[in-house]
Amino acid sequence: MAVTVVNKENFKNEVLKADKPVLVDFWATWCGPCRMMAPVVETIAEEHPELKVCKVDIDENPELAQLFNVMSIPTLAAFKDGQLTGTAIGYQPKENVLKLFA
Amino acid sequence: MDIIIIGSGPAGVSAALYAKRAGADVTVITRGSGALAKAEKIENYYGLAEPVTGAELEANGIAGAKRLGVSFIEDEVVGLAMNEDFTGLVVQTPGRACEAKAVVLTAGSTRLAPKIPGLKELEGKGVSYCAICDAFFYRQKTVAVLGEGDYALHEAEILLPHAGKVMLFTNGKEPAVKIPDTIEVHKEKIIAVEAENANGMERVSGLRTEDGAVTPVQGLFVALGTAGSVDLARKIGAATDNNRIVVDGEMATNVPGLYAAGDCTGGLLQVVKAAYEGAVAGLAAAKYVRSRK
Repeated sequence: MAVTVVNKENFKNEVLKADKPVLVDFWATWCGPCRMMAPVVETIAEEHPELKVCKVDIDENPELAQLFNVMSIPTLAAFKDGQLTGTAIGYQPKENVLKLFA
Repeated sequence: MDIIIIGSGPAGVSAALYAKRAGADVTVITRGSGALAKAEKIENYYGLAEPVTGAELEANGIAGAKRLGVSFIEDEVVGLAMNEDFTGLVVQTPGRACEAKAVVLTAGSTRLAPKIPGLKELEGKGVSYCAICDAFFYRQKTVAVLGEGDYALHEAEILLPHAGKVMLFTNGKEPAVKIPDTIEVHKEKIIAVEAENANGMERVSGLRTEDGAVTPVQGLFVALGTAGSVDLARKIGAATDNNRIVVDGEMATNVPGLYAAGDCTGGLLQVVKAAYEGAVAGLAAAKYVRSRK
């Protein structure tokens, strides 16, 4: 599956009301480690159909970053049943990201 | 520039030798002697009829690389990033930015962060190790940089245009560089990073110092001493694991063109291991540079 781009308008429907666990990548264009994270996030989206994978550009959606206390990027956040269940900060290899859903 | 090597210990100099002999243009940026120079006597390295001092081995290594035409620049590296179009790497020193097609990190292992209660727990909740990544979140807010040298000043200068107020906390040390008047300097030792609750989650609210005072801050950027290999790797997005840089069999990190060798990749803290890894990294970096021409 492809990575879903989410913003403040569709966050509730795409992430909080999703019917499966969701990985959200909070990122920005000017952040080097975020650029390195992008292909890992895309691979997870392709290899793990049991997860929904989304990304939020924090430049365009500072409200979402603030709501979830995102203060470092990249932040990889796991959501289950509308609840934030875990985060990982900085570049993370695939295995570390998947641990958020273990 | 083709290749910049950060560090001039056995890993850096071996990388320089092999890359230079493979035809690349190689510059070593070093802030001087590292862990090897502190070794009083080395007798477990190949080819030594009599023990030598670490300082002697290091000086011989540098002399040999210079003889082959490797340039050495004495300077401190304070930042590492990708260039604008993500085709090369930029090595930042206090005075300038140098761009290279490939970089080899061989600046040794990093000492661990000080054991200040709250520092580890609040990482990503106000405690940051990368001003360029996270300055955005502190617009008009009060932030502190923990450190005392050029590295701390560099991080503070990145924060200045964004933050409302930038302070430097030296944690008991004297500043090693001149700090401009726009940055407020605090020399007291920090005894705890204080937190408050926001949206049901903890975040940094202040720094408690030994005099009992709490200075309110929303962010704390850690930049103690000089930037080590792992600090630089984190800023550019290279994978790290427990204070070591993750590399493949060619000493390549996950960042295209970025290699690492020696103590910073973990394992044996030995000259023989650093020299081997430097050789592999130097050859791989030279091959990478050729492929980009």
